[in-house]
Amino acid sequence: MKWLQRFVRFWWDFVVGDDWRVAAGIVLALGLTALLATTDVPAWWFMPLAVAAVLGLSLVRAARSVARR
Amino acid sequence: MGLTRGWRSALTGAAAALVALAAIVAALGPALTSIPIDVLRLVVGGLLLVFGLQWLRKAILRASGWRAQRDEDSVFARETAAARTAGKEEKAGLDWYGFTVSFKGVLLEGLEVAFIVLTFGSTQGSIPLAAAGAAAAVVLVVVAGVVVRGPLSRVPENTLAFAVGVMLTTFGTFWGAEGAGVDWPGGDAAILGVLAFILLISLAFVGALQARRPVTA
Repeated sequence: MKWLQRFVRFWWDFVVGDDWRVAAGIVLALGLTALLATTDVPAWWFMPLAVAAVLGLSLVRAARSVARR
Repeated sequence: MGLTRGWRSALTGAAAALVALAAIVAALGPALTSIPIDVLRLVVGGLLLVFGLQWLRKAILRASGWRAQRDEDSVFARETAAARTAGKEEKAGLDWYGFTVSFKGVLLEGLEVAFIVLTFGSTQGSIPLAAAGAAAAVVLVVVAGVVVRGPLSRVPENTLAFAVGVMLTTFGTFWGAEGAGVDWPGGDAAILGVLAFILLISLAFVGALQARRPVTA
């Protein structure tokens, strides 16, 4: 089982990296974009704004964690 | 690894990783081309975004002083000391430490490059062209290394990481949204608009974080 744990850990670190919330935010943003694309409202503007929001929140969290130390 | 543990084990480890990478690319390349293009763009866009935002996040934190700049000289000294003090275990006539560290290093970095080449190539319909671009980059880096003949500490690493992060995030945003069903105004030319937007917000984040930089950082 140890090799399986290491295998999963390797791919988690490789794909998700330091902040799992970034990956979760991107999945959520893509899902919402797909929903918006099914409506009559243009959807192209949503993804860039969502990416900016995910990046901004992750940076704020990282800066707060440094400031707390 | 070559300098501290011997070149034979280090080069064998690097060669084994290259063979593993070639096998992964050979297996995944044809498989990727059989996936419907919108599904491929959605998945590839999402992965590029996750990778790109990791790069960009670190580069912004370093550029704004919230994270220490990577000091290649001290990293080299630390890794060299660790390699010298690690125990010696022989397997198949090779120094196992030197072999595994070289193998892991080449495989990990190579996987990221292979992923970028495969995804860019498959979403744009030409894996050979993307592979040629990667090969040209390798040649360029080797030539630059020979011409400059300087240590890695002279490479503006954070600027390069920032640029790579912006590019990966841009293509990830474009393809991810396209895969989710978005029609970009202006078609492929919209990539330039997305690039400008990601670059501007990234620079704005650097500026905003610099203004709030802790005195001790």
